[in-house]
Amino acid sequence: MKVVVFCKSVPDTETRVKLKDNRLDKSEIKYILNPYDEYAVEEAVRMKEAGKVDEVIAISMGPERAREALRSALAIGADRGILVKDDALDGSDTYVTAKVLVKALEKDGVDYGMLLFGQQAIDGDTWHVPGQVAEMLGLPQTGSIIKLEVDPDAGKAVANRLVEGGEEIHEMSLPCVVTCRKGLNEPRYPSLPNIMKAKRKPIQDYSIADLGLSPEEVGKAGSLTEVLSYSLPPKKEAGKKVEGEPEEVVQALVKFLKDEIKVI
Amino acid sequence: MKFEFTEEQRMVRDMVRRFAEEELKPKAAEMDKKGEIFPEIYQQLAELGLFGVYVPEEYGGAGMDVVSYATVIEELSRGCASTGILVSAHTSLVVDPILHHGTEEQKQKFLVPLAKGEKIAAHAMTEPGAGTDVVSISTTAKREGDYYVLNGTKHFITNGKESSIYLIFAMTDKEKRHKGMSAFIVEKDTPGFSIGKLEHKLGIRASSTAELIFENCKVPAENLLGQEGQGFYIAMECYDGGRIGVAAQAVGIAQAAYEEAVEFAKTRVQFGQPIANFQAIQFKLADMATMIEAARLLYLKAAWLKQEGKPYYQLSAMAKLFASDIAMKVTREAIQVHGGYGFTEEYPVERHYRDAKITEIYEGTSEAQRLTIARNLLKG
Repeated sequence: MKVVVFCKSVPDTETRVKLKDNRLDKSEIKYILNPYDEYAVEEAVRMKEAGKVDEVIAISMGPERAREALRSALAIGADRGILVKDDALDGSDTYVTAKVLVKALEKDGVDYGMLLFGQQAIDGDTWHVPGQVAEMLGLPQTGSIIKLEVDPDAGKAVANRLVEGGEEIHEMSLPCVVTCRKGLNEPRYPSLPNIMKAKRKPIQDYSIADLGLSPEEVGKAGSLTEVLSYSLPPKKEAGKKVEGEPEEVVQALVKFLKDEIKVI
Repeated sequence: MKFEFTEEQRMVRDMVRRFAEEELKPKAAEMDKKGEIFPEIYQQLAELGLFGVYVPEEYGGAGMDVVSYATVIEELSRGCASTGILVSAHTSLVVDPILHHGTEEQKQKFLVPLAKGEKIAAHAMTEPGAGTDVVSISTTAKREGDYYVLNGTKHFITNGKESSIYLIFAMTDKEKRHKGMSAFIVEKDTPGFSIGKLEHKLGIRASSTAELIFENCKVPAENLLGQEGQGFYIAMECYDGGRIGVAAQAVGIAQAAYEEAVEFAKTRVQFGQPIANFQAIQFKLADMATMIEAARLLYLKAAWLKQEGKPYYQLSAMAKLFASDIAMKVTREAIQVHGGYGFTEEYPVERHYRDAKITEIYEGTSEAQRLTIARNLLKG
């Protein structure tokens, strides 16, 4: 069985977000492989090490820096990479992203048994793409799992997902789409020998023309949604402290709740 | 000129930084207190391939370069200075000379397990009567048939307790002075070899520092590294490379202290505002950051020269001299930024301060570095 892991290059969690001309200022951002995708790569590599999977393919759509995210996935243990890169893709929404990734899977021709994703990307945080890909391909899907058992011979997978107050257990036929979260596994640190091996593993590049797509079908033109503006969250203001005797404090507090923030 | 890491170098730095942050930093204070590096750390370092960074793959290493190696030492030291010197002493002072001077048999037998981290190594030159003046060592090695018989005592030996392979320097011909010194690979279980007392130190307390005793210790003749009489030259080469490691370690210690100072300055409120708002603090932080950057560039250049096969001993001496000096200044100022808190064990800067001092001493004191630098620039 082959597993495809979807990888995204995202700003490091310690990045301080700045805006410039109503867009993200990307000049000082350090990029990493989306941490949720690491759980997905780790899970796929573990399935391979357990002998259930014979090839792990990492795929990404993005600018040149997405190659580094793929390289990180290869260093964890993925076998090869696919990178869809094209200037026309700039400004694509999640619908276009899913469409392009599905096209790239078709182009590659990989006979996959499972598509693994991180449950969300820490930048856009939309949680859209896995579901969109599953819908486009007509595949069963589950998400935010903390346990995964795959039986390629029986053609099924069983996944446990956390829900409020308990766990749901989903059984699916293969191929299927699964999204991963913290708790599923502990991603390994890529060892030096594996970083060196990653350098020698192939990454196939595709442009949108290679995938049979026109510029009108991707980017802003092909998107169903549009970001109108960005704004930073308001600066946290200092809290208000009410001091004095209990009777006075209660009076002041009630007055504050009633008159100033009007919640009672 | 290109001031950029390659993709692999960056991946290595990011990985080791994360490893140090998540696995070393939380344990560093406890390891310092207990005076040992925990066994699981050795395991992890070996799994990550950090004991043989620039050893070719055919000898069990990662096949990377010296710049990656030096960066590994900085990042490890940022989490735990003792772990930094564990890897540096292992690599620069034993793995490196076996890689460059070992026979094929010696490489298969010793280099492979060392590069894989299955075994740890220690380098032993220093004796109670011979520090900087290495030619005055009194340990002797006398050829008897297929063996050399070693007698003498080494002390202050880094990794002395946990190693199983030792590189021992001894005089095969005292008359010939430095041309009469030879290097031997000695395995831990060799009869006549024993470990003496362990030192209690000011800093890098988790790193072991041991006394080694040789009493009619019979070492197989095939364990001679290089030629008889080549020991001094092998040792000098070791220290040229080792200084890159110590410089990187010093930068790692300074970086750790600096980060603590920045964090503290931003959160500590005095006179109604974070102390980072005061110029007195800002100037300290600016100086610290500048010194660290300069020291880092020096050791990276030395590492790059070594990798390129160019003469690098001048740069590695400068890097070690400067980096150890700024490590002392930065850690001292980091405590100053913390005020009284910095003097307590509640904050890690007191440990960084203690750890920094040794970088001015081992693998050539700052005075010895100045001599090396001055002799080189005045020669010819």
